[in-house]
Amino acid sequence: MMNGLTLRLPKLKRLSWRGIAALIGLIIILIVVIYTFVFLRHDPNLTNLDERLQNMSIQHPFGTDQLGRDVLTRLLLGAQQTIGYSLLALFAAIIIGVPFGLIAGYKRGVIDRVFMRVGDGFLAFPDTIVAIVLSGLLGPGIGNLVLAIIMIKWVSYARLVRSTVLSESQKEYVLVARTNGLSPSKIIRKHILPHIVGHVLVLASLDLGKIILLISAFSYIGLGVQPPTPEWGAMLNESRPYFQSRPELMIYPGLAIVAVVLLTNMAGDYLRDHFDVKKEVQ
Amino acid sequence: MSLLTIKELTKFYQADKVAVDHVSFHLNKGECLGLVGESGCGKSTLARCLLRIEPIDSGSIFFENEAIENLHARNLFPYRKKMQIVFQNPTAALNPKLKVKDSLIDPFIQFKKELSLSHFSYTSTDAFVKQLLEAVELPADLAHKYPHELSGGQRQRVTIARAISIEPELIVLDEPTASLDVISQKAVLTLLTELRETLNLSYLFISHDLAAVSQMCQRILVMKECRLVDQFNTDRLFDNERHSYTKELISIF
Repeated sequence: MMNGLTLRLPKLKRLSWRGIAALIGLIIILIVVIYTFVFLRHDPNLTNLDERLQNMSIQHPFGTDQLGRDVLTRLLLGAQQTIGYSLLALFAAIIIGVPFGLIAGYKRGVIDRVFMRVGDGFLAFPDTIVAIVLSGLLGPGIGNLVLAIIMIKWVSYARLVRSTVLSESQKEYVLVARTNGLSPSKIIRKHILPHIVGHVLVLASLDLGKIILLISAFSYIGLGVQPPTPEWGAMLNESRPYFQSRPELMIYPGLAIVAVVLLTNMAGDYLRDHFDVKKEVQ
Repeated sequence: MSLLTIKELTKFYQADKVAVDHVSFHLNKGECLGLVGESGCGKSTLARCLLRIEPIDSGSIFFENEAIENLHARNLFPYRKKMQIVFQNPTAALNPKLKVKDSLIDPFIQFKKELSLSHFSYTSTDAFVKQLLEAVELPADLAHKYPHELSGGQRQRVTIARAISIEPELIVLDEPTASLDVISQKAVLTLLTELRETLNLSYLFISHDLAAVSQMCQRILVMKECRLVDQFNTDRLFDNERHSYTKELISIF
């Protein structure tokens, strides 16, 4: 009788399949982006005013924009710009930030203070200000925007890594490693890096979404990718005057941004769980 | 033969706060020397100082009649392979992100070239790890687990296995049983005694548990407020000439 009432609780694996779905989604997007690179039906920049603002057709699956360019082609090529530059900025920020954090956290003392004050200096400027000032000084363009993003973002990686190194290098297993004569670089590589990888990947996947938004936002106000190069933010901006008559011109790139940011966030959640060795409770 | 000799070792925490005050003692080869005292009396600091994890302010440390208190990392290396430490809290002493076998193999990899092992033999990493785990009476399949999957007693056995992996001369046991339950305590102490005999080790056994120390050790040192107040052979524990603090400790147990 009691057996009939006993409920077997299903093991919750919701997060992990969601994460796998996100990873698969990201991979599909990447494959599509690479595919467009080798196979294009339309010139993304070829204006054809006879065919401007067309509806969906077999020739143009997503229609054409105000200059008669194929929207699907521009959307796919825009992904290359947006995701490509975001990844570039992210990797550069990680490559600068992680060693800074490792050295500051492990050496402490003067080196730590100097590194962190330099970092604080960078952190004092809001990202928009840095990007605007840089494009004012060096001229608008995607290169300067990426530079601005690297300047803002590396600090958060340095700080994250430093705090992990600070707390971990206090623990006794590092002391044991030191009494066993392991060199600092070996202690960092073997004992401390495994603690950092997870944190950095999680922060990176969350940051990727933010950076995509940032690049799109700056392209939207004309400080990022310059026309006629296709980019999602710039496409949003160019379609603005036609929002009343052809709202889908803004909806396509908008949805693309939302989808990619969402997927990177989901992938971030998945990676966080994956690198957490102690995942007993979910 | 004296393995370790400490002379007038002094360590300050701040300029005016003394942690270890003019402590002198010696430890013979093959001996188990107990160090007893209440929390905060400087036992652990003393252990860290003589392993050269923390710098000392004055005094000298002789290991096999060589002064090691001022040696730099490279010159200290040959002595590192003769000293090992087992800490009180095995959870903190094992890297939670590394599998047991990776933590275990750490000292061996480091000293591989200089070592000539007599009890263990290295053919492959897996075989070596298996030998070590067997030496501390653990099943070999623990090698592929993470520390959080082990019980407290198993974890402490793993840290002991790591300490004996390079067959050192001296192991400093810094309250190795303090974080274990009574039954695991007993088992770990028995294991340590057996290992000392089979591997011909010397122990500096630090504890606040006078009962455990008197079981394990041939000689006992008593520390109080950063000073060494008493030292004697274990069979003279109940003598009348014992320091009043020692008597107080005995009366508690």
